[in-house]
Amino acid sequence: MDQENAVIVLQDVRKSFGKMEVLKGVDLQVRKGENVVVLGRSGSGKSVLIKIIAGLLKPDRGTVRVLGEEIDQLGTRDLRLLRSKIGFSFQSSALYDGMNVRANLEFPLVRNKRDLTRNAIDEAIAKVLADVGLSKTIDQMPSELSGGQKKRIGIARTLILHPEIMLYDEPTAGLDPVTSVEINDLINEVQKIYNTSAVIITHDLTCARSTGDRVIMLADGCFLRQGSFEEVFDSSDPRIRNFYNYNFTQQT
Amino acid sequence: MKAFFLRIYDIYTFIVRFFKEAFIPPYEYKEVLNQFFEVGIRSISIITLTGFITGLVFTKQSRSSLAEFGATSWLPSLMAIAIIRALAPLVTALIIAGKVGSNIGAELGSMKVTEQIEAMEVSSTNPFKFLVVSRVLATTIIVPVLATFMGVMGMLGAFLNVYSNEQTSLTSFFQAAFVRIDFLDIYLLLFKSTVYGFTIGMTGCFNGYRAEQGTVGVGRAANASVVVSMFLIFVEEMIIVTLVNNYLK
Repeated sequence: MDQENAVIVLQDVRKSFGKMEVLKGVDLQVRKGENVVVLGRSGSGKSVLIKIIAGLLKPDRGTVRVLGEEIDQLGTRDLRLLRSKIGFSFQSSALYDGMNVRANLEFPLVRNKRDLTRNAIDEAIAKVLADVGLSKTIDQMPSELSGGQKKRIGIARTLILHPEIMLYDEPTAGLDPVTSVEINDLINEVQKIYNTSAVIITHDLTCARSTGDRVIMLADGCFLRQGSFEEVFDSSDPRIRNFYNYNFTQQT
Repeated sequence: MKAFFLRIYDIYTFIVRFFKEAFIPPYEYKEVLNQFFEVGIRSISIITLTGFITGLVFTKQSRSSLAEFGATSWLPSLMAIAIIRALAPLVTALIIAGKVGSNIGAELGSMKVTEQIEAMEVSSTNPFKFLVVSRVLATTIIVPVLATFMGVMGMLGAFLNVYSNEQTSLTSFFQAAFVRIDFLDIYLLLFKSTVYGFTIGMTGCFNGYRAEQGTVGVGRAANASVVVSMFLIFVEEMIIVTLVNNYLK
């Protein structure tokens, strides 16, 4: 793949916790405007992978380049600047539960763009809330929102900074099938409206099929296979077959 | 042993980071004011009540012993010494450690285990400045104010007992009370409670910020915030009193 067009490049990334090696030399490239889904079982190292991309964890070995910057080499200020171009949607949504929706959205905005007027802040908040379809929740506390609404507000909080890259950690985990489909649609809309590239970590095959331009299967700390959804699962590898069969058994 | 020294190093870097972040702009004025309110205004009722009762009960308990020597006239100065030199800063610090320290530990611990602190980091903000610096500044600045207030309330409690027995006027009571109190005592009250406030804030924030293992970790962080800060407050009290008695008096 052409590295010049890649917004994320990982080379031979390894990460261990104690004696347990979670990532065993992972290579990944994500092109501009591309949605890449990383599929895998719980504990396969998916979340570790995107936390490394976001600079929340340091790899033991290997290089991580995000938007042309080698993330390991960045100082605190440069890392913060880079992170303003990366949106991270957490599995738990991670909304600040002491703040209402407005304050949650305002928090990153006013700290990254300090010269904004009150009107500009209100307009930005109204726009992202409209984009995620939750304009009426502006004064609600996170505890008053449903799981799907929390996910949407979590995504809105990242979109307010107009990121170039979105990282989704299990975007449909814990949601009912209808809400999951809505979140999948939202991920696709975000890609179109905000022209983002994304890494989507999931174990949900429906999410992978509907959001991924490219799908990668992660198992035992290595990428087993990548390509379109059909290409990945047209495999005789028992680990891929088991994952596919188990997932669809669960869904039916 | 290695884990112990790593922990000490972790605490050291946490404190150094506080001083670095506290003086580098941008400042979180709004959150600092919010924490002033949380630490100060929300604690004023318990400080008022505790201070008043401490002064009243302490005077009542001391009266009988002094009466044996016909020295009840020493009560105002005895109470001033006890309250201003020891009780006000110490009792205030212990109350705030229990009330605010546990709250800080639990709140930050909960934010840590639910990934809210990581969410702040990835949204290109500085969670340390927002969460830690604001809370430590608030406890460091507000605890001396509360300790002074508790001193006043304690003296009023003592006055109530003295007045109900000897009908001494407020002016005479305070004149007698401050005979044996000098500026060093007032300065030490403020100094000690500033140290205790810093200890409470720092202990709560450190334990919360380093919380792990889900809800169990939150409970541990809240518990450690109270126990460790109370222990440190007593150690600091002993050190300060020893140093002052040996070198300043």
